[in-house]
Amino acid sequence: MSVAYPVVFSALLFSVGVYGVLARRNAILVLMSVELMLNAVNLNLVAFDVWLRDALHGGQVLTLFTIVVAAAEVGLGLAIVLLLYRNRSNIDVDRQDTLREPEQEAR
Amino acid sequence: MTVLAAQAVVLPFLGAVFGLLLGPWLTRILVAGGVRTAEDTPPAPPTEARGVEEHVEAVPGVPGEPVPQEGRAAPAGLPGGGSRGALGPVLFAVLPTALTTVLTLVIALAVWRNPGTRTATLAEVRTGGPSILVGLSVDGLAALLAVLVGVVALAVQVYSVAYMRDEPRYSSYAAFVSLFTSAMLLVVFARDLMVLYVGWEIMGICSYFLVGHHWEDKANSRAAVKAFLVTRVGDAGLLLGVIVLGLGAGSFDIATVLDEVGGMPHTTVVVAALLLLCGVAGKSAQFPLHTWLPDAMAGPTPISALIHAATMVAAGVYLVARLYGVFLTAPVALAVLGVVAAVSMVGAALAALAQRDLKRVLAYSTISQLAIMAAGLAVGSEPAAMFHLVTHGAFKALLFLSAGCVIHAVGSNLLADMGGLRKAMPVTFVCMTIGYAALAGLPPVAGFFSKDAVIEHAQNVAFNDGALGVLPGGGTSIPAWTAWTVYLSLLLTTALTAAYALRAWLMTFFGPERAAHEAPAAMRWPIIVLAGASAVIGFFGLAAEELRPHFGAAAMALLFTAAGAGAMLLAWRDAPASDPADRLKKVRPLLENAFYMDGLYDRVIVRPVKWTGRMVRGADTRVVDGAVEATVPAARGLGALARLPQTGNPQTYLTGLLAGAVFLVLAVVALT
Repeated sequence: MSVAYPVVFSALLFSVGVYGVLARRNAILVLMSVELMLNAVNLNLVAFDVWLRDALHGGQVLTLFTIVVAAAEVGLGLAIVLLLYRNRSNIDVDRQDTLREPEQEAR
Repeated sequence: MTVLAAQAVVLPFLGAVFGLLLGPWLTRILVAGGVRTAEDTPPAPPTEARGVEEHVEAVPGVPGEPVPQEGRAAPAGLPGGGSRGALGPVLFAVLPTALTTVLTLVIALAVWRNPGTRTATLAEVRTGGPSILVGLSVDGLAALLAVLVGVVALAVQVYSVAYMRDEPRYSSYAAFVSLFTSAMLLVVFARDLMVLYVGWEIMGICSYFLVGHHWEDKANSRAAVKAFLVTRVGDAGLLLGVIVLGLGAGSFDIATVLDEVGGMPHTTVVVAALLLLCGVAGKSAQFPLHTWLPDAMAGPTPISALIHAATMVAAGVYLVARLYGVFLTAPVALAVLGVVAAVSMVGAALAALAQRDLKRVLAYSTISQLAIMAAGLAVGSEPAAMFHLVTHGAFKALLFLSAGCVIHAVGSNLLADMGGLRKAMPVTFVCMTIGYAALAGLPPVAGFFSKDAVIEHAQNVAFNDGALGVLPGGGTSIPAWTAWTVYLSLLLTTALTAAYALRAWLMTFFGPERAAHEAPAAMRWPIIVLAGASAVIGFFGLAAEELRPHFGAAAMALLFTAAGAGAMLLAWRDAPASDPADRLKKVRPLLENAFYMDGLYDRVIVRPVKWTGRMVRGADTRVVDGAVEATVPAARGLGALARLPQTGNPQTYLTGLLAGAVFLVLAVVALT
């Protein structure tokens, strides 16, 4: 099987993730999109590990590592989202704009 | 000799410094030591009594012959219960001045017995150009002036003790008087033009502070500023003149300058002399820089007597006498001086005729008398001018101090509030009568001799078509018309002087009687001593041939005096209670406002300057500040543009980041 299939697939998967991060308004869906991107990376790692026939299977080891980090990251992210909801009663990313430039008063 | 002169200069200065610093401390010490204010301070008055007595020398028959009593009289006038706090400053003011007076008398005596010029230099200050010699020089002229300064300053200090009794700022007042005395003596004794200029400027600043002594009143501080600024105009000229002379002669030393002046280019000498005349006109209040002097009468009366009558204003005339060689080399400057003097003396005498304020009468009279001295110099008679300077110093100080007594008693400066004081104030009446007689030039008091000497010289020069032949080496001459102008102005001024002196005298002491009290002793004795001096110093002129009166000129002058006095007496006789000047009718406002010179200066100089000031301020706010402020909206606009992307939405930022990354990658791909 050509390595092109998994690579193209993971590229698509990554693009979907990027789109989700940039365009979704729901914070949970943004987190999920981040997961999609991570998984695209994982897929790449596994595919190249197989294609390169790595004796030490560095790719697969790194994949496991990524999964662990992703799990921790989701835990942290969901906790933030939870707090966000408690404080603001919404988790709409567009409306979390406290750091924006304040409206300028007329001089 | 010069050491004595140096001490005379330094003593009042130290008195001023320590009076300010240690005066209150000394007061505490004295009071703690159980000294009672009425009988303490014996050291000061005896010294001063001696000084005054020596000055009056050879005057047994003066009204105030018990001169030694002044020693006892002065302490009585020292601050009694009222201003005990000023005892220390009083000591510091009177003692050094008294010592200085004694020193000046010693110097004068020594110079009289052994004439000649003695110079000494303390230090030589090297500059880029001619070096400055910090030193003193004592000759007859300087010694004479120094005695005048010392005696008048002492009289004024003693007088002030009583006159300024209730003055809370007495110690600063006395310190400035002392500082002024020191500066004036520095001018008198200066060996170097730059040293003279230093003293000259210190006098100016003292005059400023003392005129504005009662600065709480806005008018007083304005008068002080006016006096300062107007004299400053002249002083700028003086400084330039001194520099021109110094560079031309290669030295600022007065003797060297006078030696070198013959070899200097004529233009340089003329320019220097005319520039010096600016300073003279400013300091001696001559037309056209005379307007400050009448306003300077806002100062306390003793100040008017010391600074604005006897000494500082005479410094201008003294400067001309000091540098007379320069002026003789430049007859053009002498002619200018003559014309200025003629205008000043007649104009000021006319103005004095119509003033309502006694002190302003005396101020205009001072301008007029200074112009007579200047006229004496212009017609080449330096001794006569200096003689008049000394007699004028004595009798004008007397007049001012007596006027102070009258003002003290009446509580007003206005002639209309006075009158009929003859019985109530006999001492002041007698003294002031002597003063007015001297002013009007009645024989045998001082003014007659000195004024007559000037008139006689003017007459001779006018008859000789302006040739100053009376002088040694006299190839010099001034234009004949100038000489005639000076001579006729002098005669006219004589008549006018008699008229305004008589008017002031009549309006102060005659007419309906009114109650008043005689001045306290410390004010009475200085005027008695000055009256004695005014009465007799004229006779010293008999010693010199060129100062001796001769029949023709004296009779002419007396004729004019009689005419002026007679006219005034006729005007007064019908209505003794009214002001004779009212007879002038429509001319009076013109004279009272001194030909509206103040108004003219206001229009021509003050308002344009103020207008320019407003324009500059407007330009500053509108153009300079405007340009700076215009950049603000521009910066704000740019800032608003830069602020647009900051929406607070991280997704937008990320999108931008991604777009940037993609762009970079594409760029790298495309370019490689």
